[in-house]
Parts: sequence; structure tokens; C-alpha cells
Amino acid sequence: MTDASLAVPRSRRPSLGQSGAILRRLASSPAGAISLGFILLLFAVAIFAPLVAPFDPIAIAPRDRMQPPSAVHWLGTDQLGRDVLSRLIFGTRTALQVALAGTGGAFLVGMCLGMVSGLGPKWIDSLLVLLNDSLKALPLILFALALVSIYGPSMVTLGVIITLSMAPGYFRVVRNQVLVLRNADYVVAAQAMGASWLRQSMTHLLPNLIGPILVLIAMDIPAVIGIESGLSFLGQGVQPPNASWGTMLSEGYAYLRQAPHIALTAGAPIVLATIAFTFFGEALRDALDPRGAGDRR
Amino acid sequence: MGSYLVRRFVLALLVLCLALLILFLLIYAVPGDPATIALGPRASEAQKLLFRERMGLDDPLVVQAVRYIGLMLRGDMGTDILSQRPVADLVLAALPRTVLLALVGLGWAVALGLPLGVVSALNPNSWIDRVVGVISTSVVALPSFLMAIYGLMLFSVTLGWFPAIGAGEPGDFGDQVRHLVLPALAVGIAWVGYIARLVRVSMLEVLGENHVKTYRAFGVSNLRIALRFVLPIAVVPVLSVLGVGMGNLLSGAVLVEVVFSRPGLGSLAYDAVVSRNFPVLFGSVVVTTALYVTANFLTDTAIALLDPRIVEEG
Repeated sequence: MTDASLAVPRSRRPSLGQSGAILRRLASSPAGAISLGFILLLFAVAIFAPLVAPFDPIAIAPRDRMQPPSAVHWLGTDQLGRDVLSRLIFGTRTALQVALAGTGGAFLVGMCLGMVSGLGPKWIDSLLVLLNDSLKALPLILFALALVSIYGPSMVTLGVIITLSMAPGYFRVVRNQVLVLRNADYVVAAQAMGASWLRQSMTHLLPNLIGPILVLIAMDIPAVIGIESGLSFLGQGVQPPNASWGTMLSEGYAYLRQAPHIALTAGAPIVLATIAFTFFGEALRDALDPRGAGDRR
Repeated sequence: MGSYLVRRFVLALLVLCLALLILFLLIYAVPGDPATIALGPRASEAQKLLFRERMGLDDPLVVQAVRYIGLMLRGDMGTDILSQRPVADLVLAALPRTVLLALVGLGWAVALGLPLGVVSALNPNSWIDRVVGVISTSVVALPSFLMAIYGLMLFSVTLGWFPAIGAGEPGDFGDQVRHLVLPALAVGIAWVGYIARLVRVSMLEVLGENHVKTYRAFGVSNLRIALRFVLPIAVVPVLSVLGVGMGNLLSGAVLVEVVFSRPGLGSLAYDAVVSRNFPVLFGSVVVTTALYVTANFLTDTAIALLDPRIVEEG
């Protein structure tokens, strides 16, 4: 869906030489600046989780069960007396780990196959496109449940599921870009001068792919956060006692009437993070291609 | 047109077969006894023996794969470990409820997203356009199950406007509708954003075309131009996204069903996960895949009928 609106950059190196200008453009739009700030904050919280969290996220205190927010426990405690804020902070770590590993894996797989598809012979291209469409046809959540049932819930299974479900997006963007770029004058010129296949990809194709790919990663992270928290909500993702926004939601959901603050606060970072990454992706796209910024959104 | 549709159909069938092959490999390539993996730990020895015979587990993998795909395409998905009923019956009984939920969710998305997109496109770069833009971007990535939980907390628990769980009394249409409103909204909310944005962009495009300028020169009112001449053309790209989105909507519906304890494919699969009843779980994956491929094929057909230019381009 997103790649339809990603314009092909026409200049040779849109993102490497001009990264300073792009960053300035990104920070000059309010949405871009705010979302970038929030994302940096999320990463800081994830990295420094043990320092920031006021309590041990898995320390059980049965006497303090399901307390509403107070001066000691800012966001209250859960059904086992654990500090909700500390669990949210460690959940940020889980969410970003899964998001980066998942999109990273999808990007690598999709990128390599997309390059092969765009540059290789026609039959390989057709075969890969068909494979891509088939992978996309598998229903994400149900397919994930099936895989988790066979292979057991773990971070690795989660990573594989996310890679399989997200790789088609990268494949399509890379393949379509390569098909367009392959016939661009400067690539044809490089070819005529005898540049090798590898050199063409590295110096001419790759730099032009970075922009759209970065946008796609930013747009995919909310989706990955949604998948991880959804599976964890069903008890098939991150396993207790590890803190994840999704497992916290499912625990909060079980005590919705007695302690609504658990579900309410566990959902908040999911909402904020998905919105921040989406706005960041949009701002990044506009910053990379300022010409179309006004007409799209 | 005919040959275009035939080509699309063959392609859809290929995609389905390949998706089934991926599924087959993921189930049967696991180290260990395939019968135990495919049936789950709760299957009895007799059931496993029957399964081994049926699937011919001693044959080469290629033969097994072809047999597996053949069985699935014929709708033979084995039997439920617990109730001994055919999986296909269970899944097909649950499917319409989930499809209904997804479609009503889509209805919500169109009902809210279409007017927002039209208003936006008619007032480009105005404050109203900006507000719509911020709303659509914000909701686009929100996970449906989270919206379901929040909706449940606000509208059912706190305000008491809608019932919290279940699908309503069988036979009581009004009750079923009341039970459907909230889950469907949760499924559709992200699509409000998609549809508003798509309608806005494609309407702006059509509004700039020459025939629209001609209408304007002839003094046709802006609203009439927008609704009568622009919207029907601008809706085509939206349709093409809906086909792909069907999978997305169904995945959302699966989770929302679990939140609201609504019977349907999601609850069926989730119960199958919890009770380690694997044939039912895999069966629901197969049927949903087939549904997705069918929905995409139907979308292709609808688009070809609406916009014959696509057929000529191939």
C-alpha cells in the first residue's frame, strides 16, 4: 500500500550526500520533529531500562496486588503486585527489539530477493513474484498461531514470523525500483562502460533504494509492534514473566473490571509508539522527496 | 476480457497452491514425527495411524506435498482431534461470522472514511484538510485488538451503551446487531484512515482532469461534480486496495473476536491453539488463505469491469 506513493528518486544519490539537508527538512516539520523526539525517547528508555525503571519488573509483591496509581507506584501495580510503570519500561525494550529484528530480517530477505528479481532473468523474476504473492496470501495472525504452535513461542519464532510476513513489502519496493532504475541513463552508461553487476548494484542501485526502504521500515515498525503485542496478547508471543506491552494487555484484560488501569496504561505506549512511527515515516518520506510533499499525505 | 480473467484465475490458483506448499513444508519439514506435529500432542495412537495411512508418510516428500495440496483443494482437511468432526465443517460454520465482522468493519471504514476523504479533497490545504490528515495518519497503524479493548472499556464497561461479550441471542436480530457494532468498529477503525487518504488523493487527481474543468465551465455545481462525476472514478484505486486489505481485515477480526468472545474463525483457531487441536488450526489457515485469494480474484474482476483500460494493459 505504501509503496504506490513512494516516488522514484530522480537524482543519483538522494540520501547519502544530502543526509544533513534531509535531517533539517525532517526536523523543520512539527510532526517530524515531535515524532523523531518521541522515538529517540523510546530508544533511550529501552536502552537504559534498568536505570530508568523504579522497580524490578518481575519482582512479585502479592500484598500490593492491583493497586491504583499512587506516589510510590506511579501507574499502579498488576495482579501480582508488580510495578506497572517498570514493566512498561522493560516492555519498550521487548517491543523495539522485536521491531528492529523483524524489520531488519524482512529488509535483508526482501532486499536480496528483490535485487535478484529485478536484475536476474525473467523466469526467476516471475517465480519470485509468484512466491511473494503466495506468502502474502497466508493470513498473518492465524499463520503465526500455527507456526508458534509447531515451533513453540520464542523470540526466534516471532522474528521468523515477522520476517516472513514483512519481507514481501521490501521485495516489491526493491524489485520495482530496480526495474525502473535499470533503464535509467546513468545505469545504462555505467553498464556500457563495463561496470560489473556488483558495482552497478552497489554504487548506483543501492543508494537510490535507501530512501524508500527507510520510509518502509518506519511504516512497518508500527505493524510489527501490533503483531508482537497481538500475539503476546493471545499468550503466543513473548512469554511471562518477561514484560511485553501485549502480555500486560492480556493480563489487564483479564482484570478489566477490578483494575482497569492495567489495560489502560499497557495500551498507551502501543498507541503512542505506532502513531509516532507512522508520522515519522510520513515526515521522512516528505523530507526525502519534498516535491510531492503537499499533494500526498 | 475473457482471456484476462482466465489468466487472473490461473494465477490465483497458482498462488493458492504455492501458499499451501509453504504451509506443508513448514508443518512437515519439522524434525520429528509428522503425525504428532500435524495432529498435535493430544491425538490418540489410532488417529495417528489413520493419519499416516491417509497422508502416505512413507512416500517421497514431493508425492506427499502434491497429495497434501490435492486434499486441501478438495476441502478435505482431516478431522477434529477432540470431536472427530470434519475440520472443513467446523471452519465453514465459523467462517461466515468472521467474514460478516470483517465486512461490517469495512462498512464502518467506508462510512467514516469516504466523507472525510471527500471533504478533504474539496478543501485542499484548509484546516479541515489538515485535521482529517492528522486523524487518518494517527489511526492507520492502530492495532484492532487494542481498539477493541479500549472500546470495550469505554462503551461497554464504563458507559454501558453496548454489550461486552458474545454475538447476541440467536434469532434476535436486534441483539446481534448491538453485539456487532463495537467489534466491527474496532476492526474497521484503521481503515478509516486508509480510505480517507486514498479517496482524497485520487479525487484530487481526477478533479484536475480536463472533463472536470469542462463541467465547471458549464456551471455544474462543485458538489454535483464531486459526487456524480469524480467520486465514481476516484473510488477505483480504493477498491484495488480493499482486495489486498481483506487479509488485513480478517487478521484484525480474528483478534477482535477473541477480545469480545465472539464465535468465529478467530475464536475457533484460538481455542484450537489452547487445546492443541492442530488440524482445526491448520484448517482455518488453509480456508482463510483460500478466502484471501478468492477476494483478490474478485477484486481484479471488479476492477476490470469498472476500468477496462487495465485489461488492455494486461
